[in-house]
Amino acid sequence: MSAPPGVFDWPVYCRHRSIPSADDRLVHCVMTEPAIVLSDLAFEWTAGHPVLDVPSLRIERGERVFLHGPSGSGKSSLLGVIGGVLAPRSGTVRLLGTDLPALSPSRRDHFRADHVGFVFQMFNLLPYLSVVDNVTLAARFSARRRQRAGDLRGEARRLLHALGMDRPSLLRRPVTRLSIGQQQRVAAARALFGRPDVLIADEPTSSLDADARESFLALLMQESAAAGTTLLFVSHDRSLGHLFDRCVGLDDINRARPDREAA
Amino acid sequence: MALGTLAARSVWNRRVTAGLTVFAIAVSVTLLLGVQKIRTQTRESFASTLSGTDLIVGARGGPVNLLLYSVFRIGDAMTGVSWRSYELVARHPDVAWVIPISLGDSHRGFRVMGTSRAYFEHYRYGERRLLAFRDGGPFDDLHDAVLGADVAESLGYAAGDAITVAHGLGEGSFARHDKHPFQVVGILERTGTPVDRTVHVSIEAITDLHGDWQGGARKSPSAATAQAGIRGERDLTPDSITAFLVGMRDRTTILQMQRALNEYRGEPLLAIMPGVVLGQLWQMVGVADKALLLVAACVVLAGLIGMLTSLLTSLNERRREMAILRSVGARPAHVFGLLVLESGLLAAASVVLGFLFTWALLAAAAPLLERRFGLFIYAGAPTPLDLAIGAGVLGAGLLAGFVPAWRAYRNSLADGLSVHL
Repeated sequence: MSAPPGVFDWPVYCRHRSIPSADDRLVHCVMTEPAIVLSDLAFEWTAGHPVLDVPSLRIERGERVFLHGPSGSGKSSLLGVIGGVLAPRSGTVRLLGTDLPALSPSRRDHFRADHVGFVFQMFNLLPYLSVVDNVTLAARFSARRRQRAGDLRGEARRLLHALGMDRPSLLRRPVTRLSIGQQQRVAAARALFGRPDVLIADEPTSSLDADARESFLALLMQESAAAGTTLLFVSHDRSLGHLFDRCVGLDDINRARPDREAA
Repeated sequence: MALGTLAARSVWNRRVTAGLTVFAIAVSVTLLLGVQKIRTQTRESFASTLSGTDLIVGARGGPVNLLLYSVFRIGDAMTGVSWRSYELVARHPDVAWVIPISLGDSHRGFRVMGTSRAYFEHYRYGERRLLAFRDGGPFDDLHDAVLGADVAESLGYAAGDAITVAHGLGEGSFARHDKHPFQVVGILERTGTPVDRTVHVSIEAITDLHGDWQGGARKSPSAATAQAGIRGERDLTPDSITAFLVGMRDRTTILQMQRALNEYRGEPLLAIMPGVVLGQLWQMVGVADKALLLVAACVVLAGLIGMLTSLLTSLNERRREMAILRSVGARPAHVFGLLVLESGLLAAASVVLGFLFTWALLAAAAPLLERRFGLFIYAGAPTPLDLAIGAGVLGAGLLAGFVPAWRAYRNSLADGLSVHL
């Protein structure tokens, strides 16, 4: 439930906000800044109906955070904002030290491709790509993750193996004929491919039965720890919370009460 | 980037609908190319059939009709021209040469034409080319025949073979002049004109054939046998011929001669300048074939709209796919590009298939068109116009792709990473 000791005291060495071309400096920033910092964030789909009003949220690098909230509480909107797909009305969103709203939309997309992996509740895979191609898809839009992965197919197989998807017959099967649990593992392999700094999982276990849920979570935790990836796990199911470093209730940090507007 | 691979895989994933779309557009492209090709080729083939002939003279009637039956062997003459008028023109001091034409008989589906040796000396086609012999030479004797290239090829004749001629036209000849076998003495080089499909005999031979035919009924066999004899015993000069071609010594006298013939009191004659009448023919046909071209273009449009419809309807079920792409870092521009590429791929496949269909169809239909209508159509290499049509369809396809691409682009901006359907 608590952040690793001392991380709040880390000095901010780097204030270069958005110099994507100077990758080494960016990496320096990434090394020293927290993973996610939100302050005074406000977001709304339609004017006058705020969905998010978050005074502060801070997630350190390597932290595994469980974010829970009932459906319709603005979880998806929050993830959209953190992923740089939705633009907040006001406030700052700093991802690995980079001020996302200050970037152009296409730079934000680049940044997301380079640094963030996603796993959704279901239908994570492109039906027309093979299992391995679905995993390496993450590298298609990011030179950084391509570079970090090295041998693309080898790395994909390694991740799939680590996630219990190493049977050759599974790899040859069309993704639409995998079970949901298997699909979610492939999605997790893609999200972890090329070791992104942040992994955002949006209800990834909701479609799984209890046993599959536990084993999936264990593997996800283990692999994100191995990759040094910060994990932001979102679910309405509080029973999973004890497995994480810290639990955050969206209702506790969000002053807006959006009802169903985010749905 | 590998966006092209993604587009190709995505299209392949929907290969049944995509295949049908491609097939529909390909058929429409085939129609457009086919109409266009037949249109231009017909004109080329007609224009190259006759050159160097200043006037065509026949019985009074429609100028287009005269041109069609005398040169293109399409349709039949109602009446002929008297031999006297023919000789009158032939002896005129301004006239360089005349070629008599006598039609009405056939040999196994090919027309038999009675003419004189002047035909082999003065008849020109294409770029003012004379007829050339592949084998043998012009007819000499009464029962000599010279075959066009197609006749010889499709019936497997060589110089020296004997053939019989039937009265009237059509494959299953109803009455044969079996008493008069002809000997093949020459085979012409291929010209790509109706000459290839013609059996040439002397004009006297035609008279001889019809000597025992009067009023369309056979005289008693004994009378025919009694009359049959070698050349010279009977006068084989015909009473009339179907038409004749005229070459003038001096081109400036053409109009004068034309007027004189059209006003000739001895017989109702019609003299035409082939180029002028061909122009009239194209004017008449032009409206129809422009309409046909327009219809073909509309069919292409309908095909493209079909593609647009199938892409647009697939968009809703593909919103999830777009959101996945966005989550792995695809920009909205990538989503846009993906859909434009997909429609581009479909259009390109359609155009390629359309060209294949067209060429296959032309290859298959060419012999039939030639046999039935005397049209010489050859596919050849794609002309700049064909390529322009292909590029036009491809461009229209890409352009049509902008509509679903724009929709998907808007969707992906609005949906973000989560799709609520």
